[in-house]
Amino acid sequence: MELLQIAGLSLYLATSSTAVASLLGIPIGTLLALREEARGKRTTLTIAKAIIFTLYGMPPVLAGLLAYLLLSKNGPLGILGWLFTPAGMILAQVFIVTPIITGVTYTAVRSVGRDVKEAARSLGARGWPLARTVIEEARLGVVTAIMVGFGRAISEVGAVLIVGGNIRGSTRVLTTAIVLETSRGNFDEAIALGGILLVIGLAIFLFLYRVQQRGHR
Amino acid sequence: MQHRVIFIPGPSDARAMRAPRGLALPLIVALLAAAILVPPVLPHGREIVLATTTSTEDSGLLDYLLPQFTAKTGITVREIAVGTGQALEIGRRGDADVVLVHAPMAEAAFVAAGDGIDRVHVMYNYFVLVGPAADPAGASGDNTTAAFQRVAACGCAFVSRGDGSGTNIKELQLWALAGLTPEPSGWYKEAGQGMGATLRIADRLGAYTLSDDGTFYVMKPQLDLAVIVENQPPLLNQYSVILVNPATHPTVRYADAAAFHDWLVSAEGQALIAAYEVSGRRPFNPNAPP
Repeated sequence: MELLQIAGLSLYLATSSTAVASLLGIPIGTLLALREEARGKRTTLTIAKAIIFTLYGMPPVLAGLLAYLLLSKNGPLGILGWLFTPAGMILAQVFIVTPIITGVTYTAVRSVGRDVKEAARSLGARGWPLARTVIEEARLGVVTAIMVGFGRAISEVGAVLIVGGNIRGSTRVLTTAIVLETSRGNFDEAIALGGILLVIGLAIFLFLYRVQQRGHR
Repeated sequence: MQHRVIFIPGPSDARAMRAPRGLALPLIVALLAAAILVPPVLPHGREIVLATTTSTEDSGLLDYLLPQFTAKTGITVREIAVGTGQALEIGRRGDADVVLVHAPMAEAAFVAAGDGIDRVHVMYNYFVLVGPAADPAGASGDNTTAAFQRVAACGCAFVSRGDGSGTNIKELQLWALAGLTPEPSGWYKEAGQGMGATLRIADRLGAYTLSDDGTFYVMKPQLDLAVIVENQPPLLNQYSVILVNPATHPTVRYADAAAFHDWLVSAEGQALIAAYEVSGRRPFNPNAPP
């Protein structure tokens, strides 16, 4: 029962943070790519890209520490009372996952042929309709972005440990449970938890793979 | 051949209806999952946050004590088990309501700075100096200070926690007591990890290390390490409970935290600690003042 709760929380956190990060990252990545093509290389766009690709390599523990300071009682978001709760853990993971989804989406949209975009534009598509057409064309890469983001979220341990506190029955997830069992010397339990984590990863991959392949058959 | 489709979505375009749905589907599912699951994770009821050390959690003591306190009072205790340094920092920021730690000097500073009040002894156990069974330094015996001097003199490998934990602080005090200030070098290694991982590193390297006795005896079957010095006064490991000061941290849940603090040092709490055993050993001895 406790195991079910821990696995469920892992799945819930990874799904929620990937969903929020997708809602932010896919539009930003698409916008960035289309702007760059429409207006050429601008300094502001280069800076935005540099920030995103730097945050790609953001160490999760750093994201966790920053989220901790934001959510701490005296921090700017302390009033929310999210520290040591799943909501705070989602916030920390959104910090980590959004740059990844943005970056992969950007790359995917850039790789969509110019002819497609030109054709769409010549037919009068601007703004959202254009973006939607391009995203559909870049579906393979955009779903890959979601997959990579989800993989990062569900396997992440440093940030959720700091912000969540690994509280039994409340903020303990599969990865932090693995750390705890390992530190207790219970390697067998730790490996079993790792197996569950991989099975969840596989199930999500198969689901997203079907979404990705639809229309490409 | 891959067929490239160009389309401009319009209200009457069937593809337009299908296309975005492919991407939106996982998002919709995720949001639905979030909507269903959010209510149960919102804060509810009376609860306090306890910042404590990994040893109290790893030994299973809190899993045993906390449900009994909750059953009696209806107050849920959310425990954050980290190193003593981090536990006190969490308290200093007002993110915990009560701390249970084992680093007397750091605790005194915490109270002196106005961050904590009502520091009371709860329980103790001993640290234990462990090392390879062959004891190449010849450090075995009753003299803690001499043992540390001999390890340094022989240049035998010693693994330090090196993580600012209560155990690490104690280890540094013991070196100071022996008149030494070890620097990371060929024989003195800082693991920067928890007790279990540090013991395993010491085991692998055939090195000496300082451990709390609870963790050591739990892990002993997996290790080739032997006891070098134990049960000596300098190795005493005292745990204290401290309330985060409501005067300097007005957001703390003082009344409920005080109920936990008082229960831990009450006759009832102390009797429960005395009754707790792990494979025939008592990891903590209660010693709250009557």
